[in-house]
Amino acid sequence: MNALKSLLHFVVLPVLLIALWWFTTRDGANFFVPQPGPLVDAFVEVWLGEGFRNDVVPSVARLFAALAISIALGISLGVLIGSVEWVRSLLSPMLEFVRAVPSTIIIPVLLLVIGINDTMKVTLIVLGCIWPVLLNTVKGVASIDGVQVDTGRVYGLSGLVRLRYLVLPAAAPQIFAGIRQSLAVGLVLMVTSEMFASTDGIGYATINFQNRIAIPEMWSGIVLLGLIGVAMSVLFQIVQSRVLGWYVGLKESAK
Amino acid sequence: MTENRVTENRVTEPQVSGRQDVRQDVRLSVDQVQKVYQRDGESFEAVRSLTLDLHQGEFACLVGPSGSGKTTLLKCIAGLMEPTSGSVVLDGQQVNGPAKGMAVVFQEYGRSLYPWMTVEGNIELPLKVAKLSRAERRARVDEALASVGLEQARKSYPWQLSGGMQQRVAIARAVAIHPSVLLMDEPFAAVDAQTRAELEDLVRKVWKEHDMTILFVTHDIDESVYLGERVLVLSSSPTVVQHDLVIDLPAERDQLVTRSMPRFTELRAQVYEQVQIAKTNKTGATTVSAL
Ligand SMILES: Nc1ncnc2c1ncn2[C@@H]1O[C@H](COP(=O)(O)OP(=O)(O)OP(=O)(O)O)[C@@H](O)[C@H]1O
Ligand SMILES: [Mg+2]
Repeated sequence: MNALKSLLHFVVLPVLLIALWWFTTRDGANFFVPQPGPLVDAFVEVWLGEGFRNDVVPSVARLFAALAISIALGISLGVLIGSVEWVRSLLSPMLEFVRAVPSTIIIPVLLLVIGINDTMKVTLIVLGCIWPVLLNTVKGVASIDGVQVDTGRVYGLSGLVRLRYLVLPAAAPQIFAGIRQSLAVGLVLMVTSEMFASTDGIGYATINFQNRIAIPEMWSGIVLLGLIGVAMSVLFQIVQSRVLGWYVGLKESAK
Repeated sequence: MTENRVTENRVTEPQVSGRQDVRQDVRLSVDQVQKVYQRDGESFEAVRSLTLDLHQGEFACLVGPSGSGKTTLLKCIAGLMEPTSGSVVLDGQQVNGPAKGMAVVFQEYGRSLYPWMTVEGNIELPLKVAKLSRAERRARVDEALASVGLEQARKSYPWQLSGGMQQRVAIARAVAIHPSVLLMDEPFAAVDAQTRAELEDLVRKVWKEHDMTILFVTHDIDESVYLGERVLVLSSSPTVVQHDLVIDLPAERDQLVTRSMPRFTELRAQVYEQVQIAKTNKTGATTVSAL
């Protein structure tokens, strides 16, 4: 029943919408509104040919590198800050403040300091993505159940064993919530970083098409970004259901 | 009359015969432990001055009204909390933090098992910490699961089990490290009567099998008499040991037989009387402001 429902959501609705889209744009009256046919042609031509190596790969590589750095750094710092109470109360207000600053505002700074290159783009994405992971990890680590902590102490858990078997799993639900947020932020910043100063990337190419008034091509860039977003979300779900299977079960059993 | 009873404190000088033989063998010694909590700038004395000795292989039950500081005392003994004053000595060594050889079964057993690990994983974790080899760990887990009768649940997660089964896992985890002292904090308060009876017999069995010293906290008078070789009645907060009683029932306990013995009824009445005194007596203001 549930599988049927999700099939309905995943297949039937999009198919209906695409049919509607095809039907309403069939006479091609508005130049700026793309039609399904030409859009698919443009997509295949632009992104599966040369563009794959020149633009898609650099973009996605930068995004994944930045996400990996954000997650690793966010969790490590989060565990450190979350574990020590005085560090946490000292840093928390500042972290919330820094987080509230929109990361796009530092693009000019990064351009000056780092220059127009991959490092600048990866840095920008990291500066946006690290906060949700970091702050959620801090929260998760700081709010570990007292009985779980006492149990760990009674049985002598310490150091890496404690980290591996108590701290990280206990904070994992929060950490995953943070990662989920940072995935969305990362995609936006990936495109943004390429629109301002770049020589390659999906954002760069899409802006280029817009300047050249290549409408179907421009739209195909937007579709590609949507597809990348969906792919990331699916990947995230798979990893999450593996790592947090116990959490889902626990929640269900508590009902 | 009441005043007399209350000040009667037989811990330091038990006037009961038949225990001179075990007296030399002190496992755990709690000496004038006091715990004062700081709460909203006010001091609250949960435990006043608690002294008790546990001997090797003893099964002692601690009975006290709700809120009388039983958990507080147990945490001090377990090294999870530092007493405000006084000391706890385990096997001749001062307890400053959780000591090797001491295991605890918590009141909140559901939260004490790690939900991200299977039953087996939970029991094995302390053994990993103790750096036992894989084969040894395996043997210990098997043994512990067998002694609580949970072999079939080893791959389950704690949240897939009933409350009684979760408590068995917590007991198995404690037993697996072969502790010399096992502290249990109202472990069966939240399970139904039938399960409770089974778990009581299980604890007696495990105690005999493993030659442990057990301190079992409960607010159930019947349970304390049925389980213990000795019952200590606590006063209400600020807590002292108000009464120390030897349970001279046969070692072989049976839910039906033991509970219907005249001696059981007598002992039960004695403990009941002491608990009543503990409840009504609220000497010593609960708030100490001069701290
Ligand atoms: N962390 C704390 N801070 C302040 N007061 C506390 C704290 N923990 C316990 N207390 C107080 O100390 C007293 C004793 O608490 P404790 O939990 O030790 O009692 P207990 O005998 O275990 O009770 P129960 O039968 O409900 O388990 C209670 O009045 C409680 O409110
Ligand atoms: Mg308690």
